[in-house]
Amino acid sequence: MVEFIAVFKRDVRLAAAQGGGLGLAIGFFLIVVSLFPFGIGPDLKLLARVAPGVLWIALLLSVLLSLDRMFQADFEDGSLEQLVVSRAPLEVIIVAKVLAHWVTTGVPLILATPILGLFLNLDEQAFGVLVLSMLIGTPALNFVGAAGAALTVGIRRGGLLLSLIVLPLYVPILVFGVSAIQSSLTGPSGSLQTMMILGALTLGSAALAPFAAAAALRVHLR
Amino acid sequence: MSDLSFSLGRGDGMMLSGPNGSGKTTLLRVIAGFGEITGGSLTLEPVPDDDLSQACLYVGHQNAIKPQLSVLENITFWAEFGGGDVESALSSFSMTPIKDVPVAMLSAGQRRRVGLSRLALASQPIWLLDEPATSLDKASVKTLSQIMQAHLDAGGMLIAASHTEFDIPLNKTLELSAREPGAAEAGHG
Repeated sequence: MVEFIAVFKRDVRLAAAQGGGLGLAIGFFLIVVSLFPFGIGPDLKLLARVAPGVLWIALLLSVLLSLDRMFQADFEDGSLEQLVVSRAPLEVIIVAKVLAHWVTTGVPLILATPILGLFLNLDEQAFGVLVLSMLIGTPALNFVGAAGAALTVGIRRGGLLLSLIVLPLYVPILVFGVSAIQSSLTGPSGSLQTMMILGALTLGSAALAPFAAAAALRVHLR
Repeated sequence: MSDLSFSLGRGDGMMLSGPNGSGKTTLLRVIAGFGEITGGSLTLEPVPDDDLSQACLYVGHQNAIKPQLSVLENITFWAEFGGGDVESALSSFSMTPIKDVPVAMLSAGQRRRVGLSRLALASQPIWLLDEPATSLDKASVKTLSQIMQAHLDAGGMLIAASHTEFDIPLNKTLELSAREPGAAEAGHG
């Protein structure tokens, strides 16, 4: 537990000290979303209809952009070796790193989405569900992404490979994230079920991905 | 590597020598728990052998420090992570004057000192040092020797792979020879 807190604190501090990763992800998110009105045209009804999907896809891509640094820096400077041979189980350390990554990239991205929803003429009554569905669903993006990042650590230009591995696995999260928002627009209680499935996806990935990531990292350090 | 056999008792230090590519790093990494041996065994007595890597402190070529953080922040992290006293680690390689400097601004030798300060935090009985004296100046090599001596005096063990001579007598040496092409792959600890 001491190790968990130490790693979490260090990663949050590193993200704050670096700044670059977070600014990059938010900037990317902003630009991708604001490209859509240009591409689709000023049809407000059409924009409102595609908004949930656009926001979720842009969020996926922004998270993806920040994933490859999750283990890469630790791998390059030798910290990863020290974390692997420590007393704490590697899986616990990975959970600490994923949570720190979610707090420093996922949460700021989610906080930016309501503003971007305005860009796309998203119905105001969907904003609450939008943020809630993302808060429930995005940890799954980070956990699944951690397994992918662990597989590609140490591979030069691994970022591209990482997207090929991770993006197909993001499909269920995308489907249920978007449908949660859309069903909230049709009926008052429609989004509860999809929210629960999103929660299940997050919990499932939180339970499985750390083991996959730990196994991948151990293989890389052979 | 093949036909290797050695044992270390309390207070034993072993110097690992041999030409480049003879497998010094590989041997240290195997002891530290990275990778598996294809034959033979490594045991830690009286504790069961799967605890061996827990008993080892491995200092590799890389310093395991973050360039964005200051010296103090780096050492504090390793102290929080694995235990140990931050102040004594800072003073071990006389880094107290530069403790607030970001590691990115330090020279290679200074970074090495920050990396080596983990030795002062360590509670592990076995130290595995891979080229610990790289880019250190004479005074720091002397400090390192003193820290190693103190560890041995306290009943610890260490294996150092180095081309630098230390001021302290390490009572054992292991000479690895360059691997011959086509030699059978068999480890033996």
